[in-house]
Amino acid sequence: MDQRVEKKKHSLKERYAAMTGDLHWETTYQSMDEVFPYEQYEGIRIHQWDKFEDPFRLTMDAYWKLQGEKEKKLYAVIDAFAQNSGQFGVSDARYVNALKLFIQSFTQQTYYAHRSFAHLGRHFRGDALRVACQMQSADELRHFQNQTHAIANFNKYFNGLHNATHWFDHAWYLAAPKSFSEDAFSAGPFERLIAISFSFDYLLTKPLFVSTMSGAAHNGDLSSVTVGFSAQSDEARHMTLGLECVKFIVGQDPANLPIVQRWMDKWFWRGYRVMTLAAMMQDYMQPKRTTSWKQAWEMYVESTGEALFKELAQVGIRQPKGWAQACDGKDHISHQAWNAFYGYGDTTAFHTWVPEPSELDWLSKKYPDSFDRWYRPRLEHYAQLQKSGQRYTNKTLPMLCQTCQLPMFFTEPSGPRWIAYRETQHAGERFHFCSDHCEEIFSNEPEKYSQAGLPVHQILQGHCFKPEVNAAAPGFDPASAVLDYCQINQGYDNGEFKGSEDDTNFASWGGGQNPQEAQL
Amino acid sequence: MSVAAIGNYSVALRDTAEHFAQPLLYVGWDEHMMFAAPLTVPLSMATRFEDLVSKVLPALYGQHPEFAQINWNKVQWFRSADMFTPRMQGTLAEQGFGHKSVLRFRTPGLEGIHGSCG
Repeated sequence: MDQRVEKKKHSLKERYAAMTGDLHWETTYQSMDEVFPYEQYEGIRIHQWDKFEDPFRLTMDAYWKLQGEKEKKLYAVIDAFAQNSGQFGVSDARYVNALKLFIQSFTQQTYYAHRSFAHLGRHFRGDALRVACQMQSADELRHFQNQTHAIANFNKYFNGLHNATHWFDHAWYLAAPKSFSEDAFSAGPFERLIAISFSFDYLLTKPLFVSTMSGAAHNGDLSSVTVGFSAQSDEARHMTLGLECVKFIVGQDPANLPIVQRWMDKWFWRGYRVMTLAAMMQDYMQPKRTTSWKQAWEMYVESTGEALFKELAQVGIRQPKGWAQACDGKDHISHQAWNAFYGYGDTTAFHTWVPEPSELDWLSKKYPDSFDRWYRPRLEHYAQLQKSGQRYTNKTLPMLCQTCQLPMFFTEPSGPRWIAYRETQHAGERFHFCSDHCEEIFSNEPEKYSQAGLPVHQILQGHCFKPEVNAAAPGFDPASAVLDYCQINQGYDNGEFKGSEDDTNFASWGGGQNPQEAQL
Repeated sequence: MSVAAIGNYSVALRDTAEHFAQPLLYVGWDEHMMFAAPLTVPLSMATRFEDLVSKVLPALYGQHPEFAQINWNKVQWFRSADMFTPRMQGTLAEQGFGHKSVLRFRTPGLEGIHGSCG
């Protein structure tokens, strides 16, 4: 009798090789340089692409299966949250403003990451890295959709959520995240990989995701928490990819090290500046408080970063130049940002407010070295003004940093008494910066950054009015015309929280309680 | 460092003076961060310094509780980081200011809301 031949089952590694190996071949009709036109010009030299191994070796079928299961679970929770009117059960309507800023900035950046990785998934010569980038591209699109779907339920009940993509492109305060993403997108493929995978995903996203998700949980937003959980294993994969890429690139040629180090210096600082928004979200926009920004920074960036850079020292990489200053900033940036956004609250598509006295006490406790001395008196002054019916607003447009495009509200590294001003000349023009690191980024590539379309300057050049507007008409109100152009509904999306439509609606719906009780 | 690019890289500066109806002056009142950042003020460089002090600054900073207490004879003025003594009759242009210049002023004795630099 014939003996049955056992079908040999491939190991995961063999299976991966079988499924992906043929994706790469040496082209003959066209030169490889023409097929991969972006791979050389940044100066990075890769000699052995086959030495890069995708740390996950996911095949597409395994990928879809895994993601499909996560989607099913996630959407069951999102649906249940909506059906149970979970939006009325959040701690306080102020919480929704964290979601507004999230969808206006980070969700849009996620979409940019999707596009960016789709491009990377085409343009690296190595097939393993291309496959990993294609999967990250699909991940980022999924995360963008998940965030949008979860927040869509809130959009039925609250202002400031309906036009995030337009605001990302037009509102002045979103120029920081937008310029970050476009800066990365307009760089070469290797720089972009260091920018997004390593500097942002590996070094900086943890405090954003872990803390905002635990903040969402404490504030009763189970829908957003589940979005976070669903993304977490993908994020872990992105982080690992970032680290593996750094080691691979640096190991390929000694000339790569200084280039990668400069990109790390640059993108750590660019990412850190964008994180200012996350810092203020965490300390000011979550009514039920858990962890401070400072604690999150220490836990998820400072301590893990110290260990990481010890490991990377073996391949010659040192900490990014701005590291120490960024760590010092943990006592200050959330307060400086909220102070600025409170003053410019009329111009944003989310609400601002002075925290309640008990919340100020919490901040005092969490920031013993800075809050009472520098930041609490300002907020108490605003509260007093508001009591007397004069809510403070700053009517004059701020000066912006040429590189990070945030208002220049950051203070000197030596202490919080002085605003940091930096200035340089290029092509006969003056340029201004919020920090040494933003200035250095400019000075390394002045051709690129001297062209920035700073929103304040665009407004003053008259580029931010609707075409039918007549700026010469009597009684013309430029500030209001700019908000119109941004499609910010004045009196609804912007300004003070107290007495806003969100505030009064939420109260009249009996919000903030157990949703079942609220319906009775 | 030169530009790393795949082709010709042309630069179009968007913020040179000719793009604006009036040149920009950045103004900052040190140790008063109730105005969180310095301000961007479109202003003719033919403006006389005394008009800046008597008309422009009150419009920008008048709502600060310490503004009324400023002793203008004691104010320290800075063109970017350089301290200088302004001639009140002179124009901004005559005193070295141009498009995208920084004017900072310091008011000794006044340190913001309850001394917090707010």
